[in-house]
Amino acid sequence: MINLPLLPILIPLLSAVLLMFFPKRIKAQRVISLIAIAGTIIAAIVLAAEVKANGIQTVNLGSWPAPYGIPLVSDMLSVLLVLTSSILTFFVVWYAMIYMDESYERFFFYIGVMFLLTGINGAFTTGDIFNLFVFFEVFLIASYLLIVLGGKGAQLRESIKYLLINVISSALFVTAVAYLYSVVGTLNMADVSQRIDELGSPGIITVIAIFFLIVFGLKGAIFPLYFWLPGSYSAPPIPILALFGALLTKVGVYSIMRTYTLFFYHDQGYTHEILAVLALLSIVVGVVGAIAYRDVKTIIIYNIVIAVGVILYGVAAMTPAALEGAVFYLLHDMVIKAALFLLVGIMMAITGASHLNQMGGMIRDYPRIGWTYFVAALALAGIPPLSGFVGKLLIVQGGFETGDMIGPLLILISSLLVLYSAMKIFMNGFWGTPKEYHGAKAHLANRLWIPAAGLVLIAIVYGVGSEAVYPFIQMAVEPLIDPAIYIEAVLKE
Amino acid sequence: MEILMSIVVGVLFMSAVYLILSKSLLRVIIGTGLLSHGAHLLVLTMSGLKTGDAPVLMDGVSSYTDPLPQALVLTAIVISFGVTAFFLVLAYRAYQELGTDNMEEMKGNDSND
Repeated sequence: MINLPLLPILIPLLSAVLLMFFPKRIKAQRVISLIAIAGTIIAAIVLAAEVKANGIQTVNLGSWPAPYGIPLVSDMLSVLLVLTSSILTFFVVWYAMIYMDESYERFFFYIGVMFLLTGINGAFTTGDIFNLFVFFEVFLIASYLLIVLGGKGAQLRESIKYLLINVISSALFVTAVAYLYSVVGTLNMADVSQRIDELGSPGIITVIAIFFLIVFGLKGAIFPLYFWLPGSYSAPPIPILALFGALLTKVGVYSIMRTYTLFFYHDQGYTHEILAVLALLSIVVGVVGAIAYRDVKTIIIYNIVIAVGVILYGVAAMTPAALEGAVFYLLHDMVIKAALFLLVGIMMAITGASHLNQMGGMIRDYPRIGWTYFVAALALAGIPPLSGFVGKLLIVQGGFETGDMIGPLLILISSLLVLYSAMKIFMNGFWGTPKEYHGAKAHLANRLWIPAAGLVLIAIVYGVGSEAVYPFIQMAVEPLIDPAIYIEAVLKE
Repeated sequence: MEILMSIVVGVLFMSAVYLILSKSLLRVIIGTGLLSHGAHLLVLTMSGLKTGDAPVLMDGVSSYTDPLPQALVLTAIVISFGVTAFFLVLAYRAYQELGTDNMEEMKGNDSND
C-alpha cells in the first residue's frame, strides 16, 4: 500500500472533522474517538511492519516528484514515535473519559485531542521543513484550546503566556526557514541535507543551526528556554497535562534530533558542543526544580526538563550507541511520563490537593495505586529490568566514547536525584500518617487505575523486552548516523 | 529593493519586540502581529524579489520568479490570522475573568488568584 504513511495523520483528522458535527453528544464522541485512535494504532503497527520489511516509506503528495512536492517520509524513528504517541493518546483518552467533568467534554475536548494527534503524527512523519512548521501549528492550535479548556482565571493567565511564547517561536521558525531557503533554495529535508553537503557548510549554516535550536528548544524546553513550562503545564487538568508532558516537548526533541543529524552534522565542534552543554544544564536545572518543590505536579513537570536534557545529550554525542540510547530513552520517557502524570492525577483525585503536605498514608486504602506508582518511579529513574535503564546505559556509554567524563557522570548522578524526587512523592504520599482526604473524585480512583496501570505495564514490557525492541531501534538510528540512507529513500536516485 | 525590504523587516521586528515587552495585553498582541508580518516579509525577500516573469507556464518565457515563497507566505499568513484571532478572544476572556489587561498583574501563582 503506497499511501500507508498518510493513515496515522488522516484517521485522527477525519474523525476530528466528523466529531465536530455533534459536539454535545458525549457518548458518541467517546466511542468514535476511541475507535479512531485504535485505528491509528493499527495503521501505525502495519506501517512499522512495512518499514521493517521494505525500508523507508515515502509518499509524494499530489505525485509531484521528490524535490518539488511535499513528501511524507516514514522511517523507523518516525514510525516508532507515531506508534508510541497513538498508544499514549489511547490510554490518556480512556483515563480522561473517567476523570473529566462533563462540562469539559462538551467543550470540544475529544476534537482537540484528535487534532493534537493529527499535528503530532504529521510533525513526526513530514519530510519537508516548512510542512513541519504547518504541523507544528496544527498541534499548537489544538493545544491552545486544550490548555484553556475550563476557562478558570489561572488557566487564562497561564495560557496567555503559553500562547505568546509559541507565537514568538513560530515567527522565529518562519524566519529560520526563510534563512535556510535563501541559502539552499529548497525545503525538502533530504534535498536540504544534500545541498548543505555540496555547499561545504559555510558559517551561515551554523547560524541557521543555532536558530533552529532556539525554535525547537522553546518547544522542547531545554535549559534557558524552559521557563514557561512549569507555569503553563500546571494550569490544565491532569489528562491534558499528561498529553502535553508526554508528547509536545518530545516533538521539539524529535525535531532537534532530525535537523541536527540530517542538516547540521558538518560543524559538530560548535553546534553539538552547545547542544551538549545546554542539555547538561537542562538536567541540572530540572533536578534542582524536581527536588525543590513539594507539589506533585511540579515535581513531575521538572522531570520532563531532565529527560529532555538526557535525550539531547545523547543526540549531541552523535555516536551510534548514544543515538540508540537517545531513541530508546525518548520512547521510554513518553510512556513513563504519561503514566506518572496519570498516577499523580489519581493521588490528586483522592486527596483533592496537589501538595505533598496534604497527602499521606494512602497505601492503606489504595495499595494497588501505591505499588503501581512505585514501579513507575523505579522505571523513571532507570532501575535495571525496567524501561529507562537500557536507554540511559547506551547514552552514558556513548558519552564516554566521545571522551567526555562530566556529561555521563552528571547523567548518572541525576538518575539518583530523579529517583529521590519520585520517591519523595511515594514516601510522603503513600507512606506516613494518613490524613483527611477531601477529594471529590476519590470514588473514581480504582477505575482511573486501569488505564494508568496499562501504561506502566507497557513500560515494563518495553524494558524487559528491550532485546526484542532493539532491532527496531537500530533501524531507527541508521538514517541518523548516515543521512545518505534517508536522502536516497526520499529522492530515489 | 532587497536592501529596502531588509530595513522594513528590521523596523517591523524592532517595533514588535518593543510592543511585546510592554505591559498592556493589547499592545502585546499587536506586537505579535507585527512580528509575524516581519517574518513573512523576510520569507519573500530572502528568495530574491522579482527576478523574472510571472510564474505562469507560457511559451517563450525562460526566467521565472520563484513562486514557492509566495505559497509559503500565504500559508504562514493564514496561520498567523487564526492565531491572532484566537489570541484576541483569549485576551478578552482573560480581561473579563481576571479584571486586568496588565501583564504585570498577571504574574504570580495560584495564591493570588
